[in-house]
Amino acid sequence: MKALVTAAAVAFENLLIPICALLASLLLFGMFLACLGNDPFEVFHTMYRGGFGSLFSWRNTLERAAPLMLTALCTALPAQLGLIVIGGEGALVAGGLVAAMTGLVCGSFAPWFVLLAMLAAAIVAGGCWIAMTGWLKYYRGVNETIASLLFNYIAIALLNHLVTGPLRDPQSLNKPSTPPIGNANMLGDMPGLGVHWGLMFGLSACIVFYVIFFRTTFGFAVRIAGGNLRAAKIVGLPVGRLTLITCFAGGAAAGLAGGIEVAAIHGTANATLAAGYGYAGILVAFLARQNPLAVIPVALILGGINASAGLLQRTHHLPDAAVQILQGMIFMMVLFSETYYGRLQALFESRRAA
Amino acid sequence: MKISATTSYPSFLLRLYILSRILLVSLLMSAPVHAGGDTVVGFIYVGSKADYGYNQAHALGADAVKAMPGVKVIEEENVPETLAVQNSMESMVNLDGAKLIFPTSFGYYDPHVLSVAPKYPGTAFLHAGGLYQEGKHPANAGSYFGYIDEAQYIAGIVAGGASKTGKLGFIAAKPIPQMLRNINSFTLGAQSVNPKITTQVIFTGDWAMPVKEAEAANSLIDQGIDVITMHVDSPKVIIETCERRGIYSSGYHADQSGLAPKGYLTGAEWNWPMVYTGFVKMLQEGKPLPHLLRGGLKEGIVKNSPYGPAVGKETIALANAAKAKFMAGDMVIYKGELKDNKGNVVIPARQSLPQTDIKLESMDYLVAGVIGSTGS
Amino acid sequence: MNDSALGWWGVPLAILGGAIRASTPYLFVSLGECLTEKSGRINLGLEGNLVLGAMSAYAVSYLSGSPWLGVLAAGAAGMLLGMLHAWLCSYPKVNDIAVGIALMMFGAGIAFFFGKPYIQPAAPHLPAISFGAWSGSAQVRSALEINVLFVIGLGIAPLLSWFLSNTRWGLMVRTVGDSRDAAGALGFPVNSVRAVATMTGGFLAGVGGAFLSLYYPGSWNEGLSSGQGLIAVALVVFAHWQPMRCLYAALLFGGAGALGPALQSVGVTGGYYLFNAAPYVLTLLLMMATCSPERTLSGIPGELSITK
Repeated sequence: MKALVTAAAVAFENLLIPICALLASLLLFGMFLACLGNDPFEVFHTMYRGGFGSLFSWRNTLERAAPLMLTALCTALPAQLGLIVIGGEGALVAGGLVAAMTGLVCGSFAPWFVLLAMLAAAIVAGGCWIAMTGWLKYYRGVNETIASLLFNYIAIALLNHLVTGPLRDPQSLNKPSTPPIGNANMLGDMPGLGVHWGLMFGLSACIVFYVIFFRTTFGFAVRIAGGNLRAAKIVGLPVGRLTLITCFAGGAAAGLAGGIEVAAIHGTANATLAAGYGYAGILVAFLARQNPLAVIPVALILGGINASAGLLQRTHHLPDAAVQILQGMIFMMVLFSETYYGRLQALFESRRAA
Repeated sequence: MKISATTSYPSFLLRLYILSRILLVSLLMSAPVHAGGDTVVGFIYVGSKADYGYNQAHALGADAVKAMPGVKVIEEENVPETLAVQNSMESMVNLDGAKLIFPTSFGYYDPHVLSVAPKYPGTAFLHAGGLYQEGKHPANAGSYFGYIDEAQYIAGIVAGGASKTGKLGFIAAKPIPQMLRNINSFTLGAQSVNPKITTQVIFTGDWAMPVKEAEAANSLIDQGIDVITMHVDSPKVIIETCERRGIYSSGYHADQSGLAPKGYLTGAEWNWPMVYTGFVKMLQEGKPLPHLLRGGLKEGIVKNSPYGPAVGKETIALANAAKAKFMAGDMVIYKGELKDNKGNVVIPARQSLPQTDIKLESMDYLVAGVIGSTGS
Repeated sequence: MNDSALGWWGVPLAILGGAIRASTPYLFVSLGECLTEKSGRINLGLEGNLVLGAMSAYAVSYLSGSPWLGVLAAGAAGMLLGMLHAWLCSYPKVNDIAVGIALMMFGAGIAFFFGKPYIQPAAPHLPAISFGAWSGSAQVRSALEINVLFVIGLGIAPLLSWFLSNTRWGLMVRTVGDSRDAAGALGFPVNSVRAVATMTGGFLAGVGGAFLSLYYPGSWNEGLSSGQGLIAVALVVFAHWQPMRCLYAALLFGGAGALGPALQSVGVTGGYYLFNAAPYVLTLLLMMATCSPERTLSGIPGELSITK
């Protein structure tokens, strides 16, 4: 019975604290707006309208949330090992670039095969990109946060070099790109929703990785190594291999996001691949407290906020950065709320004891 | 009401009369009909609309539209060339009822405008870039662009006249045809004054890289270059660096003379207010909008900044003479025999390519006298 | 070769000039970060301080007419962000790296939000000192136009080094950074020391931003910083938490950034994206060469969360 109550308290806490943090940051943002002479309620109403108020707004939100789910995993999975990887942008770019190249190489095969090959290539490319960071960390002792950041810049430079130079389609006149993969090979929309299949990939990846990292022996081993490296080594866990696999998994998710950008939206690889989804994914991962399942709702909320950004500019003449400020506030509040975990539980237990 | 291309042909002439300075290359598109209230017109920018450059030039056009009666302008800044711009456009139609949208960045067109326009036949999408292909692209999409290299040719004449070292500099973002055309026209203009003149190109790699642009300007100046022009989104940093180091500069996109009162020679500018108010007026009058609209100095889509104090009388006379030829329509920049900077003949003798020639749109060479390459 | 052209000599000169011109933001941010990390906290958000500093400096310089007031404002803005970081991190279980990322977003957001009206106007710039009057070459004179902030940064590096190793306060910072428990046993106020170190670090990073907007490239816009603040944090790691090494690393980075344009100006026209990425590859290679999984780095503060 006691265990049940404690479990209930933990679950309640896991829900209550993030919601309170979200509300507190909205309050803070409302005060900020009020100080500048805006009506916060009108602004919030506009945000609701832009993000969730209509069928169209929902579609807009879902489309923006889809890549964030995948790039968030690039930070959330290595975090299970205690690594802070911020290389989602680079892995996305690597995945997109390789997917486009694969699409060209297999252009003559059946569309389903081309698509499969492209997405698989994107997964491998993104996975290897972040696995390099893991390798550097474990075998060379190079800090993974900084290495993954540097890899972002390097990936973007490589992308630019290749699409304006060796891989450039001469037909892509004023927007240097690789040759198009062809309409037949594009990833379509999910029937009835009008949202591309990337959403489905995002949702499934979050669920699958949740199961792998929280419900299997492998995941358990990873989290032990993340909790206490020395203990893991004493127990004889293959920490090096775990590091490589986990980093590969995170990078694979972000790489897949890049592959989907190419296959579902652009049809070619070009400089617009580096549009900041990777960096937004870091935010999502931390807000979800590195839990793959929690990534889904957080990505939806952030997608909604981003979807409403344009409407805020148009109706309230707020600068586009208003949304960035709000996101910063939510981020800080959620991080701050970390300090309250466990207190509620303690409260429950002390009541029972009394 | 839909106006088909055939029935509206007479209005083609009428519109030519109204917008007598605009060159119409293509057929017409059907105009969406709006009922009651203000016409909602949307503008989408890829950067900040106060960037002293590309986006500001478009925002000035939006300001002119705002001043028109019966129009409501909605704007979004810093919209990346991803699904975000598709969503912005759809949001403008669905939530604000926009009848006309100007997605002003080049990269917005393919695939974004192309995939959104068919879903909303009641709204017109006019894109800055001149990419419309008749029959292939949606009927409610359109594209417009200006031959700004004509203004760069004039700027080249002015630069050639002002330069003492005979070395000009060009700071460019990416080696794309539009950019190469600007570099070539600028150089050919300068060579019309002094055939031995050279233009050194530096590609920064992206549209807005302030530190790299300043570094490029300094490198060029260290090589003895004494006039610099550019094609980047925000020329402010380059113009200011040139002024500080005491060399001449020639602007781009918008008028930057206020940033360099001593060294600013002239600049190649857009004249979007005329274009945008023209489009909106057509829409208000229920007239069909053109699918493809292009023009240069003659049509008034591009212009030059007023000459700076450092420009000599003879140079002004030369520049004005060239401008008069453009206005008269008998100026041809690209004519044979023209060699590229690797020695290949790119335009054979006795051949001349007028500005409207489609071959110029896919330019992939730098003319003799330009130091630089077209690869990455 | 004519008088005014340098040809290939332009490349080393551009690298020297670039090192002097472009290194200052790296220098200030990395010195600030060095101090913060020595106290046992990592503030990954100094990019936000840099951007906010650049905006505040430009706005205040424009409104007041005094660039030095702008520098102070930049420092103050950076210090406020530092204070926020220190306050949030003073609570248990709050992750300092994540707070840094949040502050980077928040600081840049505030800067972009309030910075719109200042993109257009021209603000008075910081003065430069000419160290090149002896040279007959205009290029050398220009490369040796040295901004006062750079000189100040040159002074701060040894000063910080001396402060950390030779003063009582410096010892306190290092103790707090090495072991919370030891510091507590000695009666040092751990959180206050870290707060002061983070705020000072934030101040320096803000001043680095002032250099960007008020001297080089010398204007405010939203694309002004292309990640210099982030890279500067990385520099601290390969500088092994030594202020003097931060100085060398900053100079190296500034110079490497000038390589791309300089090579193009003498006719090496290919591969500019790759040349532009040279500083990042260089950092990575240097880190690979100097790090090792077996031994801990010398000088590394024991409490730093990136080392655990």
